[in-house]
Amino acid sequence: MRKLLVLAASTALALGAAACGGDDDDSGSASTSGGGSELSGNILIDGSSTVAPLSEPAAELFMEENPGVTIAVGTSGTGGGFEKFCNGETQISDASRQIEADEEAACKKAGITYEELSVANDALTVVVNPDNPVDCITVDQLKQIWEPKSKVSNWSQIDGLENAPDADLDLYGPGTDSGTFDYFTEAVNGEEGASRTDYNNVGEDDNSTVTGVSGSEGGMGYFGYSFYLENQDSLKALEIDGGDGCVAPSPETVQDGSYVPLGRQLFIYPSGQALERPEVKSFVEFYIDNATTIAEQAGFIGLTEEQVTEAKDKVAQLAG
Amino acid sequence: MAVDPGLPGAARTQLAVAGARATTAAALNRKGSGPRVQEGLFLALLLLAVGFALAGLAALLVWSFVEGLPRLDANLFTQGPSSLHPETAGFRTAILGSVYVIGGVIALIVPLGVGAAIYLEEYADKTRWWNRFIELNVQNLAGVPSIVYGILGLAFIVRGPLDIGFVAAAGSMTLALLVLPTVILAAREAIRAVPPSIREGALALGATQWQTVRRQVLPAAIPGILTGIILGVARAIGEAAPLLLVGAVTFVTVNPSLFEGRFTTLPVQIFNYAGRPQEVFHELAAAGVIVMLVVLLAMNSFAIWLRNHYEKKLS
Repeated sequence: MRKLLVLAASTALALGAAACGGDDDDSGSASTSGGGSELSGNILIDGSSTVAPLSEPAAELFMEENPGVTIAVGTSGTGGGFEKFCNGETQISDASRQIEADEEAACKKAGITYEELSVANDALTVVVNPDNPVDCITVDQLKQIWEPKSKVSNWSQIDGLENAPDADLDLYGPGTDSGTFDYFTEAVNGEEGASRTDYNNVGEDDNSTVTGVSGSEGGMGYFGYSFYLENQDSLKALEIDGGDGCVAPSPETVQDGSYVPLGRQLFIYPSGQALERPEVKSFVEFYIDNATTIAEQAGFIGLTEEQVTEAKDKVAQLAG
Repeated sequence: MAVDPGLPGAARTQLAVAGARATTAAALNRKGSGPRVQEGLFLALLLLAVGFALAGLAALLVWSFVEGLPRLDANLFTQGPSSLHPETAGFRTAILGSVYVIGGVIALIVPLGVGAAIYLEEYADKTRWWNRFIELNVQNLAGVPSIVYGILGLAFIVRGPLDIGFVAAAGSMTLALLVLPTVILAAREAIRAVPPSIREGALALGATQWQTVRRQVLPAAIPGILTGIILGVARAIGEAAPLLLVGAVTFVTVNPSLFEGRFTTLPVQIFNYAGRPQEVFHELAAAGVIVMLVVLLAMNSFAIWLRNHYEKKLS
């Protein structure tokens, strides 16, 4: 009993100390030495959990320079983010795919205007077990595997696949709420959301795909490039033949547009109303200016110069 | 009506009682092939069940400590989240967020849960259909998945009638609804377990019903009620899914407040870090699990101390 009490008391003390030490004083912080920054206000970002690892460091860096501004980042998913965004509850929406027609309509109805800005490139990477002799796969062969009601259950059943091993397919993929799932099914099966359903659904936890595929001879899965980058010794990335020969996922092939159809862009959608506020405009400009550095640090692929110029032009136009 | 008019009522009852007694006695006295063997087998099964539960907990603890040990330092408590410097990032805003949200939950479930239980046990007329309807609903609500409460919270608390926005108080209210059935059921059991002689004694001495409840029944039921509250709070502190719906974010650097600004909690933060590709975030998530265990242990040990305090006082 006494031990428990001591434990409880020391924890309470630790918590109290944490609370005191961390008290951020919001008032009068604009005049501190932040390069003469006078900006203040709250910015709320919500949306894709894939884009959050970009928005978080962007927010962190910006707040270091502008201590008067607080930025919070949520991860409701691309769809959930747009739902709140078009309800006027957030200022910027993170998205791992472009806005859809029904979401567009919801925004229009609420009178919310917005602009689509690219912040990074990503390669949807198809990974297999390192012992698998297959190196390259065509989009059609991917479709044979992943299309709805697909009956392919062994690698040797895939039409025209070279070096196919005699191993049972063990498929891993994200949940249906994921923007990655939307993009992959659209690119491979030709229709968003159309997929076979008897795969190991890992939900939002792509690390389960890493564990699953690296532990199963016939394993196959797909996710963003950063998860492959961190697990290169336990996974093998397949080259993708989109019609013009085999192309491996890499920053170069994504940026020059040859990694098709699985190269994708990640977006932020700031609202026009929010951009009228100086701190939001300043943050969005800051985000785009530093997008490439942030993307590479977070394991994504930076924007091309062309994309940066385009995004900057859009921001300039919006801000008028 | 009578089955056998030749037999008088009293004799028939006696016969039935004797029969029932004989059957029960026969069942109890029946010697199995090896009662000792059966007893041993049953004990082994029970130990196996306990062993499974403990093994799960042990595995979680060992994994968290092995993985999170390099990150166990003061930064965990003093620093906020950071994607730029994960090696020094901490859970300050998440710990405070959890404490705020759970504080709100306790403030709501104690009066509401205990009040509902007192009404249902001591005042409600159980022959009325509406009281039976309430009872049935409380029992059913205990089995509703937590995400449903999240949607309810989003529609009625964050937006809709209450419209308080995506704030910590909305999280408290949603989680309070989630655990309220558990608390009510446990509090009712505790109140029901108070011997009727205590109530009758108080009433016989001239106490009103409210005086009886407040001075005699409630103090005697407090240990049981606290057990229910501990269970409810333990469930609430670990919830992430309904909180994501009512506005918990994954990155917030300023300390939370109940009615203003976004908040985050420990499970949400751990979930976010565990899903990142980089190993350094996995360490952070494991360290977060340890932090959460410490917070939970602190809250529970206080409640257990409170319960023991009342138990001693009564005996």
